[in-house]
Amino acid sequence: MDKIPILKIGHFLMVAIQVDLYDRLALSLESDLVQAVSKTGAKGVLIDISSVSIVDSFMGRILGNIAGMSKVLDAETVIVGMQPAVAITLVELGLPLKGVQTALNVEKGMELLQKKIQFTEEEEIDDDSTLQ
Amino acid sequence: MIVLSSDSMPIMKELDMVVFRNRLKEFAVKIGMSLVNQTKLITAASELSRNMLRYAGGGNVLIEIVNAQRQNGLRLTFSDTGPGIPDIDKAMKDGFSTGKSLGLGLPGAKRLVSDFDIKSTVGKGTTITIIKWKNG
Repeated sequence: MDKIPILKIGHFLMVAIQVDLYDRLALSLESDLVQAVSKTGAKGVLIDISSVSIVDSFMGRILGNIAGMSKVLDAETVIVGMQPAVAITLVELGLPLKGVQTALNVEKGMELLQKKIQFTEEEEIDDDSTLQ
Repeated sequence: MIVLSSDSMPIMKELDMVVFRNRLKEFAVKIGMSLVNQTKLITAASELSRNMLRYAGGGNVLIEIVNAQRQNGLRLTFSDTGPGIPDIDKAMKDGFSTGKSLGLGLPGAKRLVSDFDIKSTVGKGTTITIIKWKNG
């Protein structure tokens, strides 16, 4: 069976979906990613879908699931590189991917993740200072 | 409406959906359909073929290039001999699902195409026909 590689870059996990997703592949990506977040303690997940030409309700739900599950494990998810035609189709389909962070490309997605993580680190420092 | 060319294929397992989506893409490119319309049509077709697999255990899909009023388009006919849909009005509502899905498949697919027709008989099966015009 096909597998989508998950790369670890610093505090982040990165996935570039380069193949046509079918349901079982999407499901195995979901479980592999969530396990990888738990194992590596990653603070962020970046999913590049720039090569994906079709996102239907099933795949949209999987992307939402990954974001939700990672959040529970204290990691932020950003989806990057969505093709304009896919964005148009998703909204018309009735699935605007609410609750899923997006960015235009990998670079902007990385920036967004970095900002989010800095923000939470600052919050934690503030918490410490109030304790003292 | 004139049928210019056609192809038929079974959808009995998940990987058939991938083959079908690729075949459909070839047809859409052949008639010069815009990328946005291609994406809408293939997404709708993906929803309907998944429904057919999940609820009827598979079925058949007919792809046709059709022409009406000097416009080309693609017509897809999904037919299965599954359990049928008892209440079509309910099935066409956003958020209704007898499975565990989001319930966007049928109503979402309808929004993405130019023409949508559904016929279903309980115990006999379901036939869904959609048309997407090249520029529609």
